[in-house]
Amino acid sequence: MSMEKRVAVPKEAHAQEQAHDHHEPQSFWTKYVFSQDHKVIAIQFTVTALFVGFVGLVMSWGMRLQLGFPGLFEFLNPNTYYQAVTQHGMIMIIYVLTAILLGGFGNFLIPLMLGARDMAFPFVNMLSYWVYLLSVIVLLASFFVPGGPTGAGWTLYPPQAILPGTPGSDGGIVLMLLSLVIFIAAATMGGLNYVTTVLQLRTRGMTLMRMPLAIWGIFVASILALLAFPALFVGGVMLLLDKVAGTSFFMPTIVQFGQKLGYEGGNPLLFQHLFWYFGHPEVYIVALPAFGLISELVSIHARKPIFGYRMMIWAILAIGVISFVVWAHHMFVSGMNPYFGFFFATTTLIIAIPTAIKVYNWVLTLWRGNLHLNTPMLFAIGFISTFVIGGLTGLFLGNVVVDIPLSDTYFVVAHFHLVMGVATILAIFGGLYHWFPKATGRMLNETLGKAHFWVTFLGSYAIFFPMHYMGFLGVPRRYFDFEAFDFIPESMAGLEAFITVAALITGAAQFLFVVNVIWSLAKGPKAEPNPWRATTLEWQTPTTPPPHGNWGPTLPAVYRWAYDYSVPGAPDDFIPQTVPVAAPVAAAPAPGTVTDGGGGDGASDGSEPTKRDGE
Amino acid sequence: MATLTERKTAEGAPTRARGGLARRALGPGRDGPGFGNGQGRGDGGGDGGLNPGGAFALPPLKIGVWLFLGVATILFSALTSAYLVRMGLADWRPLPEPRILWLNTLLLVLSSAALQIAWGAARRGLQRAMRQALLAGGLFAVLFGAGQLAAWQQLQALGYFVSTNPSSAFFYLITALHGLHVLGGLVAWGRTTRRAWQGLYGPRNHVGIELCTVYWHFLLIVWLAMFGLMLAT
Repeated sequence: MSMEKRVAVPKEAHAQEQAHDHHEPQSFWTKYVFSQDHKVIAIQFTVTALFVGFVGLVMSWGMRLQLGFPGLFEFLNPNTYYQAVTQHGMIMIIYVLTAILLGGFGNFLIPLMLGARDMAFPFVNMLSYWVYLLSVIVLLASFFVPGGPTGAGWTLYPPQAILPGTPGSDGGIVLMLLSLVIFIAAATMGGLNYVTTVLQLRTRGMTLMRMPLAIWGIFVASILALLAFPALFVGGVMLLLDKVAGTSFFMPTIVQFGQKLGYEGGNPLLFQHLFWYFGHPEVYIVALPAFGLISELVSIHARKPIFGYRMMIWAILAIGVISFVVWAHHMFVSGMNPYFGFFFATTTLIIAIPTAIKVYNWVLTLWRGNLHLNTPMLFAIGFISTFVIGGLTGLFLGNVVVDIPLSDTYFVVAHFHLVMGVATILAIFGGLYHWFPKATGRMLNETLGKAHFWVTFLGSYAIFFPMHYMGFLGVPRRYFDFEAFDFIPESMAGLEAFITVAALITGAAQFLFVVNVIWSLAKGPKAEPNPWRATTLEWQTPTTPPPHGNWGPTLPAVYRWAYDYSVPGAPDDFIPQTVPVAAPVAAAPAPGTVTDGGGGDGASDGSEPTKRDGE
Repeated sequence: MATLTERKTAEGAPTRARGGLARRALGPGRDGPGFGNGQGRGDGGGDGGLNPGGAFALPPLKIGVWLFLGVATILFSALTSAYLVRMGLADWRPLPEPRILWLNTLLLVLSSAALQIAWGAARRGLQRAMRQALLAGGLFAVLFGAGQLAAWQQLQALGYFVSTNPSSAFFYLITALHGLHVLGGLVAWGRTTRRAWQGLYGPRNHVGIELCTVYWHFLLIVWLAMFGLMLAT
């Protein structure tokens, strides 16, 4: 593999004191398209995910148009409605949030924040993007097969997902499952890379307990992805076989239209367990990186050390572990053994504790901070707001007795959109505004950014807050229209229309970001290397944007944690991680002293030749 | 990879008392202001083989492969639990396992053993033995794959197709997924063998063969577990 070729490079490169030159790719194609540079791959992931996100956004508009103005639009019938619901959910959760947080931010930040030149396996990293792109293409191809994309709901529950009568139950569901299997291959390649890089390529002095929380979040989320996705893989392959090979893994005996189908004796509940064994950790696969990004933004833009750094890490780890034993809280109404519900309700409420610790720590970081209310900070505060509201309703839904009546209503829609959709998207945009100057070398427009924030933030509340109320009224979710429901008051129609208008405006406001990016790339002001005056390594690169290889001839060394803001007595209100603790002057080497970068160890000397193997 | 072999000079880096692997990497926790005071100096500077970072003393590839083994373990565990659940349902009919599976198991054991020998030979610098054992390992693995295909054919001749009943469906699914892992392993084996012929492995440098061997043992363990699971019904 390509890594081999490069193994010998740095030595030679060091001789020339131009290590990074050797990372420079040779042609347009290897530089911008088939690049192995983690930063280019990060941008590829981000742009692709934002494009798919646009498709997901259009799907949600389709849904809202029907709900707000039922019957007004000819192209919306029950089939297209369910297809829109399904594709919106699947696209947003898997192909947007997961891809952008791990593939985008993970790729960009891990090597830069850790002081590495690239990922551990750059070729596999590149492959990860192209396989992801393939999964996106297969997914979008399902829009063009006869019958259209699947409309089975994003959870793809059998038996209805693969039976005639469900929209897209021919080619649509097959391509959907294929796309998921391909996506899992991509995510696995990425995850192996992220975890290995965090473990092995930290620069000297960068101990695990000095890593920025963004890296901690991405690191633990990558581990969760590696452990959770195989279950979806197995479930997806088995469902695919039920569909195309006529097996009965999940399919019970079914009589449809008076005819007994070929299926016999399968267990649909089994699919739900496999799906949610993946599905709940998936929530944290997107939430933990978002937590990490928010920790960075809050600390940097409040000019204060993050409150309770160590506790933040333990909270991340605790959430990571507990997230594997809460999955069946998605299945309280599935007909599983009620004792399961008791167990999973308990674990669900327990996971609220580390999550609450994180929220307290963000708020306490803000407390009496020197708040700079620029665009990234606004998004970060917006995240805390929607995450708290969405999290609180999660406590309601975690209780079986409350969940059962609310489970099929808009209360659930409000809950998971605020906590997982809106909050995470706000974190992503905060991160995009924050790191855009480093990635492109240009600043974004603050006015456009703030307009984007306020419309998105207020719009999201306008959309989802009323849904709590609708949920209490018992308005069922997933329904195409509500004509025959006498208990739903007439006035609900007005609320639905209001939500739809809010959704159209909020969705359209996302184009402010696109405009902002285009404006910035065309004539945005040049970014300083460290515009936010941040401590972490990515802001200390010799050039902005950093070239392939990131650092000059030498890698940075790390002397302190990532949150030295407003240190009393320091000349600036931040001290970069690369500044030695005692004296800012470079110290003379003391020969013979047993030293190495904090986390690294001389023990590695002995294994050096092994490392050189470079496979 | 490149970064690992980096030779670099740093102006200095904090020193730290050595501890266990975990302690080394975790460090002292919150390094607030003042933490590590006076330690920011004293690196020998450019002393070559130093690891560039807070890394564990393992090649990244080793970590990558072990992580992948973890992922594959989850995959087959999920499959096993699905198997056990499905087995408990009313329409389960045990499958007559073709006898050739015993031969295949033997082939996989031989394959695994051959690679173990290749690894041992590499450590002792016995190039010829290493290459022969590598070849034998690959050959046995290919034969194992052929044997699995033969098992499929025998089952089909008996009238057991994928959709005939749940146990046959699981049989085809499990053997196919395991076979895919064998195929992927053969790709890595091909690269390793090529590098072995290029003389890239020796007593101090055999991580490629080691990881191939570890992976083969994993394939064997998974197969034994899966075969045992299928026999148990």
